[in-house]
Amino acid sequence: MAAPTVTPPATAPPVPSRPRRADSRPLRRALFWLGLTAASALFLYPFWWLVTAALKPRSQVFDNALLPKVWAFENFVKIWDAAPVLTWFMNSVVVALAAAVTATISSALVAFGFAYFRFPGRNGLFALVLATMMLPAAVTMIPVYLIWNTTGLATTQVPLWAGNLFGSAFYIFLLRQFFLGLPRDLFEAARIDGASYWGLFWRIAVPLCKPAMIVTFVFELKASWSDLLKPLIYLRDTELFTLPRGLKAISDQFGQSGEQQWEIVLAGSAITTLPMVIVFFLAQRHFIYGIATQGRKG
Amino acid sequence: MRATATERSLHSRRSRTRQWFRGFRERETWAAYAFLSPWIIGFLVLMAGPMIISLVLSFTDYDGLRQTSGVGWANYERLLSDPKVSRSLANTMIYAALTVPGTMIVSLGLATMLSKVGRRSAGIFRTLFYLPEVTPKVAVGVLFLLLFNGQVGLVNGALGLIGIDGPQWSTDSAWVKPGLALMHLWSVGGTVIIYLAALNNVPRDLYEAAELDGVSAWQRFRHITLPMISGALFFTLIVQTIAALQTFDEAYTAFYGSAASATYSNDAALFYLVYLFQQAFQFLHMGYASAMAWLLFVVIMIITVVQIRLSRRFVYYEGGDR
Repeated sequence: MAAPTVTPPATAPPVPSRPRRADSRPLRRALFWLGLTAASALFLYPFWWLVTAALKPRSQVFDNALLPKVWAFENFVKIWDAAPVLTWFMNSVVVALAAAVTATISSALVAFGFAYFRFPGRNGLFALVLATMMLPAAVTMIPVYLIWNTTGLATTQVPLWAGNLFGSAFYIFLLRQFFLGLPRDLFEAARIDGASYWGLFWRIAVPLCKPAMIVTFVFELKASWSDLLKPLIYLRDTELFTLPRGLKAISDQFGQSGEQQWEIVLAGSAITTLPMVIVFFLAQRHFIYGIATQGRKG
Repeated sequence: MRATATERSLHSRRSRTRQWFRGFRERETWAAYAFLSPWIIGFLVLMAGPMIISLVLSFTDYDGLRQTSGVGWANYERLLSDPKVSRSLANTMIYAALTVPGTMIVSLGLATMLSKVGRRSAGIFRTLFYLPEVTPKVAVGVLFLLLFNGQVGLVNGALGLIGIDGPQWSTDSAWVKPGLALMHLWSVGGTVIIYLAALNNVPRDLYEAAELDGVSAWQRFRHITLPMISGALFFTLIVQTIAALQTFDEAYTAFYGSAASATYSNDAALFYLVYLFQQAFQFLHMGYASAMAWLLFVVIMIITVVQIRLSRRFVYYEGGDR
């Protein structure tokens, strides 16, 4: 009589991993934690250095003291007098929000199109979406500038975000994965109840994939907030600068070529960096979730 | 016999094509294309169209001011003889060769450590390691100038403590790229998170079985961990390389665009994208810059294809699903 054969499932679910315990020998354990703490200090310190140096008077910027001996809040007054930082800040907020909102909505629409429907040309078009990720932005940079130039919008902030109206390959890929994870029965049931295709997208897919939408939003917010190249290409008028472009101008004016007034440049760096740090702390779950899921299967 | 087989395959191909076109009679197909329309329009207007324009421009002397005329292959010939092109390409390659393996090794080390502590502490450290990555690269460029300052910078101060006379990172042409690469290691947090997620996905029983068999820690790392996370390693290798070859913000902030950079004649930090930007938008040599862009495209393609070819030998996909 043949023994009953057990067929293992094709893809065994990964065993939930418990953390592997660090070595139990006390000396090695102490060294391990020392190493980890030292590494964290190394990552945090430049950050701390930036913020504290921005609050030090010029002569003490390089003193590497953990806290300013004299708190030089006037650095922020100086930069306020030297440059329209509040305008730049507002410009950055508007541009980053516009970029993040448009990228999220348009990418979700396209991703849903690829995830839900069966139609001729689907696989070919999706391969094309993936292929565009390999194209360096440098190739299209000049013609896209010339196109904006013909519309008369080339020196406004519109080119900084309007490209996102058409979806972005990376986010389309990310969101499609999440939409594919939704059970198809859900959509079929809604169809029988008379839901339109738009209803399937807006009332079922989007609410159920809110975490993935937030991931897309915060990623694009960060990318747009940090961008230097597009503002360098498009913005001429100082009043329209975003913070990174403004910081570059301040660094050029007061930094290496100026009177080495690094305390002003540092104050500008702090103003450019800290809003993203706050966003990061508010949305850190989403940042980390997004990165971890994006890289898992590659 | 043979003829009928050919006939049949021809027939089935024709009917498949017909079926493909019949799909366009379905309402669902049109709805799908409606959802895709933003991307299709964007692809035509901001990708395919510009690629054609860029290709055409690369054979002209277009500068937006004077009358444009075709110059044949002159721009591409000039690429080969322009010392700044070879210099900037070499700079960029050296930088990629320093940062990509550096990022992968440091991230793997940190992620391995995090995989050995409890979930909660790993979460806190993970946040700490990721924090620098939200710093805009412009600010990273400023920080580089200050922390790596040869006389008063923090890095040389720290090296001085252990008796090392640090180099002039920001002015000595031999040390600019290693310095920028070290600064780049500050923002490896994203890669750490990817590796940690991959490490946590390695089935525990593999380690337990190996431990019972008396396999050493190094052997376990070499023969279990590395193959099991090779997918994540490969993914970051490709993404990091493509990103490193397009480095711009930090180098441009620290070394270009200001009055000081005019006197800074040393091209050690002239990255390819920096030179391309200068040619296109400062000298307005848009035809030549377009040719430069296509050279970058070809270089990236070649490197990526080589990496994919090589990695086939090393990457292990669980269940062989890819």
